[in-house]
Amino acid sequence: MPSSVYSKDNLRLLKKNLRSFWDIYRQNTMGLIGLCILCFFTLLAFLGPRLVDVTTYVVDGVTQTMHPPVSGYWLGTDNLGRDILAGVVIGTQVSLLVGVAAATISMTIGTVIGIVAGFYGKLADKLLMRFTDVFLVIPWLPLVLAMAALLGPSLGNIIFVIGITSWAGTARIIRSQTLSVKERPYVERARAIGSSGTHIMLRHILPNVFPLIYANTILVAAIAILSETTLSFLGMGDPTRISWGMMLHYAYEMGAVISRAWWWLLPPGICVVLVVLGFTFIGFALDEVLNPKLRRRDR
Amino acid sequence: MDINNRGDEQLELLKVSNLEVHFAARQGFLSSLLNKQPKQVRAVDGLDFSIRKGEILCLAGESGSGKTTTGKAILRLVEPTGGEVCFKGEDVIAFNRQRLRRFRQEAQIIFQDPYESLNPRQTVFSTVAEPLEVNRICKNNEQIEERVIEALTDAGLSNPQELFLRYPHELSGGQRQRLAIAGALVVKPDFIMADEPVSMLDLSIRAGILKLMVDLRDQKGISYLFITHDLSLAWLVSDRIAIMYLGKIVELGSADTVIRQPLHPYTRALVSVIPVLKRVMPSDKKLLQGETPDPVNIPTGCRFHPRCPEAQSRCREEEPLYREVMPGHYGACHFI
Repeated sequence: MPSSVYSKDNLRLLKKNLRSFWDIYRQNTMGLIGLCILCFFTLLAFLGPRLVDVTTYVVDGVTQTMHPPVSGYWLGTDNLGRDILAGVVIGTQVSLLVGVAAATISMTIGTVIGIVAGFYGKLADKLLMRFTDVFLVIPWLPLVLAMAALLGPSLGNIIFVIGITSWAGTARIIRSQTLSVKERPYVERARAIGSSGTHIMLRHILPNVFPLIYANTILVAAIAILSETTLSFLGMGDPTRISWGMMLHYAYEMGAVISRAWWWLLPPGICVVLVVLGFTFIGFALDEVLNPKLRRRDR
Repeated sequence: MDINNRGDEQLELLKVSNLEVHFAARQGFLSSLLNKQPKQVRAVDGLDFSIRKGEILCLAGESGSGKTTTGKAILRLVEPTGGEVCFKGEDVIAFNRQRLRRFRQEAQIIFQDPYESLNPRQTVFSTVAEPLEVNRICKNNEQIEERVIEALTDAGLSNPQELFLRYPHELSGGQRQRLAIAGALVVKPDFIMADEPVSMLDLSIRAGILKLMVDLRDQKGISYLFITHDLSLAWLVSDRIAIMYLGKIVELGSADTVIRQPLHPYTRALVSVIPVLKRVMPSDKKLLQGETPDPVNIPTGCRFHPRCPEAQSRCREEEPLYREVMPGHYGACHFI
């Protein structure tokens, strides 16, 4: 709705919606913990490179290799003398980027397919759902490995591969919700005022499946980060970018386990777990908060 | 106001003849394998009636009699399988997409449940403005705003601007139904199909909504097809009443005559249990036995005969003709 009369009101509306959302969200402990974790890592991704000297993640031939944590190198060094702390900070950016970007791709595909299949039904539904089933039943890891190998190891490709392989579950969920929403009387009212199918999908179905989309995106982001770690760990990652998965990959390859270099293995591992946990907590909390039935009881 | 005193300019706005809506009944996997003919649910099975300009016609009957399906078929929200619907002399069933869109501005609908018929994620303003935006009726947003305010005011909501950003769940039941009415009024329709518009509302709010609808008829000449199961309500608001049973009209006449001098045994049974009426016209309560039969297996002959206290052998075999018994009073029974 573009216009001056409208936009002023829209801003007020947004504020109102956000406030009422926050009022409910903040009562959810799990959600708050997740939000704190994620805020920490987001800040680390953006401000980390200013607080920590990331230029120490280089092979200079001077720094001692495989050194346990000491002052100045708070998390020790790896087999080439690179600063682990600097690596973790740089890795945050890659992991979050992959999570957000891949989840966005996945949700877009899943939402479009789910809503179109659910709304139009019949042949469209059958075709789209069989297509979805194909993605649902193909073993995920071999598919991703094959695609990653085929496309070559770059960050963009990894995001693409994860996004394109993880939308099937979402499409199913969105479709089932669409099936329920499209039978509501307000959709019939929309028909009775002459709305087209596209209009009904955008104005009536989409806003009412949005809670599911939010909650799902967050959960898919967690899975995407985990996937990136898996791919990198298996050596399919972008060798020019350092991510947590890449660090684990090198650590494993270079015998960090045998030489008991815990300072090399633990930090990236814990970071992955924490970020995934943060996303999952928020996802579950959103699921609870945005569920209109739970919300109505709150009022 | 009595419809009969209104002079000669009573044009027929809507004419329904022999309207039929049949659905294919859900079939089991096995019977579809055995290639059985799918059974038909005859929800609406041959209706004839007309609505004049500025008239309120009430369609009354038990649940399952096909009232709502009739209303939706007229608006083509359900596709009729047979018969004709004429709106202002044009055949609604033959409308193409473009004409149908225009028809949607002329004929509107109000739903039963104002809690379900409003999108919970749409504000008051957006709900009422939507028909204008969809049909590109207004040139600019100022015009839209004007029309929205006008419609909300007409629907009896004071201070409409303050409600603009409210969501349906922030309104009371009465306000919600007024909002739904505003959403119908905003396109300035000539005809509104109101499907049990007050049955979900508190008794105290009902009168206000009913008065609003009658006022709108008086001021704007809007015609209504008012669907209800409550005969006393029908008597109160409508000019004429049509009684429906199992997809057919069994009696149609002016509200007063149908209630005071019912012809059909079914109508007589319904009228005898109206609580308010018992004080005015004491009569014996005639409780009907059983339920409305399944519209898949409609009884032979007169479809009311299994429950009719006056049924005779003729009723089992021969379907009674729907005919004009007295001027303006139609009925379908062998013995009237």
